[in-house]
Parts: sequence; structure tokens; C-alpha cells
Amino acid sequence: MSRHTLSVLVEDKPGVLTRVASLFARRAFNINSLAVGPTEVSGISRMTVVVDADGDLIEQVTKQLNKLINVIKIVELTSESSVQRDHILVKVRADAATRLQVTQAADLFRASVVDVSTDSVVIEATGTPEKLAALLSVLEPFGIREIVQSGTLAVGRGSRSMSDRALRSA
Amino acid sequence: MSKGSPISPSLMAAKSAGAPKAPEKVDRPADAVVDTAATPSPVLGPNNVVPPTVMTGSEAIVRSLEELGVDDIFGLPGGAILPTYDPLMASKMNHVLVRHEQGAGHAAQGYAMVTGRVGVCIATSGPGATNLVTAIMDAHMDSVPLVAITGQVSASVIGTDAFQEADIVGITMPITKHSFLVTDPNDIPHVMAEAFYLASTGRPGPVLVDIAKNAQQGTMTFSWPPKIDLPGYRPVVRGHNKQVREAARLIAAANKPVLYVGGGVVKAHASAELRELAELTGAPVVTTLMARGAFPDSHPQHVGMPGMHGTVSAVTALQQSDLLITLGARFDDRVTGVLSTFAPHAKIIHADIDPAEISKNRTADVPIVGSVKEIIPELSEAVRTAFELSGTPDLGGWWAFLNNLRDTYPLGWTEPDDGLSAPQRVIERIGALTGPEGIYVAGVGQHQMWAAQFIKYERPHAWLNSGGAGTMGYAVPAAMGAKVGEPDRVVWAIDGDGCFQMTNQELATCAINKIPIKVAIINNSSLGMVRQWQTLFYEGRYSNTDLNTGHDTVRIPDFVKLADAYGCAAFRCERDEDIDATIQKALEINDRPVVIDFVVSPNSMVWPMVPSGVSNDQIQVARNMTPEWEEED
Repeated sequence: MSRHTLSVLVEDKPGVLTRVASLFARRAFNINSLAVGPTEVSGISRMTVVVDADGDLIEQVTKQLNKLINVIKIVELTSESSVQRDHILVKVRADAATRLQVTQAADLFRASVVDVSTDSVVIEATGTPEKLAALLSVLEPFGIREIVQSGTLAVGRGSRSMSDRALRSA
Repeated sequence: MSKGSPISPSLMAAKSAGAPKAPEKVDRPADAVVDTAATPSPVLGPNNVVPPTVMTGSEAIVRSLEELGVDDIFGLPGGAILPTYDPLMASKMNHVLVRHEQGAGHAAQGYAMVTGRVGVCIATSGPGATNLVTAIMDAHMDSVPLVAITGQVSASVIGTDAFQEADIVGITMPITKHSFLVTDPNDIPHVMAEAFYLASTGRPGPVLVDIAKNAQQGTMTFSWPPKIDLPGYRPVVRGHNKQVREAARLIAAANKPVLYVGGGVVKAHASAELRELAELTGAPVVTTLMARGAFPDSHPQHVGMPGMHGTVSAVTALQQSDLLITLGARFDDRVTGVLSTFAPHAKIIHADIDPAEISKNRTADVPIVGSVKEIIPELSEAVRTAFELSGTPDLGGWWAFLNNLRDTYPLGWTEPDDGLSAPQRVIERIGALTGPEGIYVAGVGQHQMWAAQFIKYERPHAWLNSGGAGTMGYAVPAAMGAKVGEPDRVVWAIDGDGCFQMTNQELATCAINKIPIKVAIINNSSLGMVRQWQTLFYEGRYSNTDLNTGHDTVRIPDFVKLADAYGCAAFRCERDEDIDATIQKALEINDRPVVIDFVVSPNSMVWPMVPSGVSNDQIQVARNMTPEWEEED
């Protein structure tokens, strides 16, 4: 199965996230990640849904999503034509002996240390899933205490705006 | 509550007379400036102008329904919807008090199916609302325009497990086209207008409006028509020109085309358009379970119903075809059998208003998204052009093959060996004596299949059944709703003894409200279709299918006594020679419902049959009897 990133503009109405999630469950579609937040237009939210599906199925996913009344527009973003980023917070064991090594590792990945205690640090990083996986594998030997990760966020490259076009035609 | 009078008579004159019927055209260019003079309003009803008026939310619900052109409502009150039932009492809308909310839902479906208008049902919160769930799901599967209004506990206690609180919006999310939870009374007019618009346009379906008690009791300012704001809803109605031309090109090149006609043609009121296309192309027509009557059974080009219990000619036509012209059908598993072996040589033209149906089960070679009402005439035009260009295809060989099948394997039945009446005969006689102007509503099971097979349908909206959902108990309440929608037609519920026992409480509703439906219980004393499968696939081990209602049993309940207790005329018919006379007696009674207990053989089976899990090529005309295929070329 191949991975697809869908950008979905939705009306910011109660239950819209449930409708999307419920649709995926009902149709036995596979969500890899889902991120949702407000956009530059009030009343409109944008979801980034990463789906594992083959060709015919991704078409069906898109069509079924489009049938939801609160869904305004769907665009599939390919990795070439878009910027896709995940966000991660990692709590890593780091005492006086290892702290320097840990923070150096973070520096290499352009990640930043956002919390320090006597025996741990929290590292914040942004990047593609591959980069974050590489960061984790470097940090892993020090001892990872906790990981929290966002869903993928994605935006098309270039000047065009998805919401701009969608709302003009709405 | 009376209907608001229009401020300006010219405003009224601009609207077409009568309530707009679903499906309504909504083909508005996405970025066009809305010109109210030219574009039909998305708000259903006459669009009377009501200046701002202060009223309660409950009054606004009733007033909105009136303004939307609603005449009949099916429902049952309870705590959380009580405020709305008070102004409803003063309305001139006809509210039919049912005995169970499921009955209200199916009645609204039956009403919608025969009138093409939105069916409306009302229930209270909690169990009242959940009792509607089966009907909502049924309407969703069969694309029936339905608005279900439910009371909800007050917004302040939502989420506290309050008395009779149920998250009905959540419960029905996967089985509604859309749903609304209203907690502010000011939202009522636009939500109601949006609900009716959504239910009746595009692919029709059920819409739930859940209204919190505080929104019913609070005051608001009502004005009409409201503004509809659905930026994510733009159903496509017109078919794509290029696709239509490509479809016509395939039709002109096909040697074995078949018009595969589904319920969408009935919903779109496109029977006349279909007939024109059929006669132009000369292609055989199959009508699915949901499309019976969309094309007249008596028409020489009609080769039958396809599917698990379809005719040999219809099933084989699809299997052998080189081009399926699919109109408002969805390649349901009961039609296709094992999908990978379905119509293996056919190219697919698929016209449907729901883009998600196209290429869902079978990949379409030519997809056409839009209403068949618009697409079929354009296709006819394009076919005419294509035929002028490349000549009319010769379908002589194809017809010779199909006619031979039709003659060799006509629908029929064998007489039961137990001396009891054949259920098929009873149903055939009901159809013959009532005629094509009647309305026939079936439950689910053997009697449903026989009613689809042995009644001759000549017009759309004459055949109602629960196709996608397969809801036992659909018949009596749906027939009741159909009779309310079409009071001048004879309405038969062809029901089974199992189905009848699920919803017969609505006979009380029918008797008291003078809704004289006729119910034919095809009483084979068992859950007949399940029993048939047990006969065929479980070595005759009849696990829990004997209902003890028929011949040589304790007859619990006695359907005649039961119907009598409900104030209905009631007869029992146990012999072939009494069938016609009993049906005639029923046809002569029009002042109250009639129930006939037709005691029939439990051994009769539905044939032909494509057993589950095999190719349609394995169709059996009787047990273990598969047609000879040497006629195949």
C-alpha cells in the first residue's frame, strides 16, 4: 500500500472531526496520521490526513470524504509538490555525563532543547518522518523516556493558496 | 400557526406552482452571482416572505415545516419534543400519531417513495430517537429523502447522561447524509431549510435534525426564506459532454449492449427519458429490485430483474453483454454475485449522481457524474448523432439469444407437494386483480422476491421495498405512508408472517386515522428465506425458523383475530379456489384496513437463484438445475 497525503478544508463546525474519523472507521480506511487546526480564514479548518491506500482505494477515500457536507475541498499533496513536516517532542535521559552528547545530537538535527532537568532533557524537532526517525535512532542509546508526535502537516509549494481557490468557488 | 402570506404577489408569481419535488435541480455554476429571478431557490416550498416575527423555537420548527411545504408528518411525542407538539396541534399539517417510532420512519419513507417529496418523521430523545435508527439506515441504503426531527435534552445537561439522553447525532452519523444538533433557537429556520435541501437534492438521503429542548423553549426571531449556507455541498447534475459523447460512441459500437437500470432512475423521475433511450438503442433493459417499474414490464425490450433471484434472461444478458449502460445503479453484490466474474466481457458506462458510486465496485470505462434525468436525454441525442454517423448497430443475434432464454426459462413455480397454496400464485393474483395503478409494498424475504417477480410493474413509484437494508417489518408502516401520500391508489402491503409480526402495531394507526391499506400476509409459518437457505445449504436443519403461524400449527398469533382486534377487516384464505374471491373482497373495502391471512406452503422456494459466493453463470432455475448454455455463441 502506498502513502497519500490529503489536505482537507472543512467547515469549523462541531463534530466535523468525528465525521471524518467515523467515515474512515466505517469504510475500513486506514489513517496513518491526522492533524487539524484553524486556517487564515475564520470558520474554516484544515485537516492533513495521511492515508495508506492503493490507487482505487484512495480515489474512493477522496470521493467519500467529499460527500461529507462539511468538507469543502480536498487536495492530494505529493511529496514533490509540497512541504510536509512532522513535529516531535522527545524526553531523553541526560545527566551531567551525557547531557552534552545529547544536545550535540539535537544540534545536528537542528532540533532544540526546550526543557532541562537534572536527569533529562526535552528535545523539540521538526522535519520529515525520515529525519525524525533518524533523530530518534541517534537519541535512543541515551534512553528515551517519552515521545509525543504531531500528525503530518503539509502545504503546497509555490504561491497558490488552497483555501483561497476553494472559497472563491464556494 | 398559519402559512405566512407573501408580501408581494409578484414574488409568488416568479415561483413555479406547487411545491418543488425532489430531486430538484441545483445546477448552479460554482462562482455565479446568485440571481434570484432565474435560479430556483434552494429553500423548498413556495418561498413565502415572512418578515421578522418573534416566536418560540417550537413555533419556529412548525412554521418552518409549513413554509417548506410539508403536508404530512409521522411521529410520536415524548418529553424532549413536547414543546414542539404544542404548536403542532394548531397547525393545519396532518400529523399521524404512530405506535412505534420505527413505524414513523418507514411511513415517512413510503410517503417519500410514492410522492417524490421529503418524508418527515418526529420522535423524542433517547429511545424515541434510537427507534428511528432502523428507518434512517434503510433510507440511507435506498437513497430515500427523509428528514428525521428528534428532541434532545437541554443543552445545559447534554453530556451528563440525563434522562432519555442519547447522542443520536453520533449514533446516526454513518447512516445519515448529514445531521444537525440545534441548541440555539435562532438556527432553526436555516437548519430546517438546509435539512430539506440536503435530503431532496443530489443523491437523496436521510437528514437528522436533533433539537435541544432549550432551543425549542427559547424565543427567537423568525423570518423566511432563510439563507442556506452549505459551501461544501455542490451536487453535479449535468453530465460531462465529452463523457456523454464517448458513451454514445460505445453504444454505437456495441453488439450486446444492456441498459442496467437502477433505483436512481425512479428517484430522478426519468422513466420517460429512459424509454426514449431504450427504444432508440433497441437494447435490452434490466430493472433492478429498486428499479422495478422504471421501465414497463410489458415492454418487449424488458428482459427482467437481474441479481440473486433475477430472471435467467436478465442475469445472462448482463453476464454475456459487451456493454453495460448503467443508469442510477450501484453494482450491488446481490446484482453482481462474485464481482470478479460479473459481466466479464462488458465495458461499463456508469451514470450516477453520486461520484462515489462510480468505480466503487466495478471500474467504469466511461464515468458520467450527474442526474440521469439530465444525462439520459443528452445521451439519446448523442446516440442519435452517433447512429447517423456509423449506422444503427444490428442487435438481431443478441436478441435471438435473449429471446430464446426468455422463452426457455420464463419465471414460474412448481406446485407445492403438501397440498397448500403456492405463495407465488397468491401474489400473482393480487397483482393481476389490482392492476398496475396499485402500489405494492413488500417486507423482506421470499415474499419480497416473489412480489418483485410475479407482479407486473408498468409505472415507477408503484413498487416499494427495503432493498439495500433488507429491513423486515418495512411493509406495513411504509404502506401506511404510501397511502397517506397517494390516498386515491390501492396500496397493498405484501408481507410475510415474520415481517408482519415486527411492525403490525401500525394497523392501529391505520384504522384510527382512516388509512385503508390492504395487507396480504403470505403466511408460510416460517422465516421463509432463512428456511430456504437452511434447506439448500444446511441440510434441512431448520434452526429457529418455525414461527407456528400457519397450517397445522398452534397459529400464534391468529392473524385474523389480531387484525380484528385492530379494527381491520380480516380474512383467512387457505385454498386456491378462494384466492380471487378473497382479493376481490379486500379490493371492495375502502373504509378500513384489510388484512388477509393467506396460508401457504412453507416448502415453496424462490427461483431462479444464484447461490451466494458463486458466479452469476451458476444461476439455478430450480434446485441443482443450471440452464444449458449451448445456445451461447
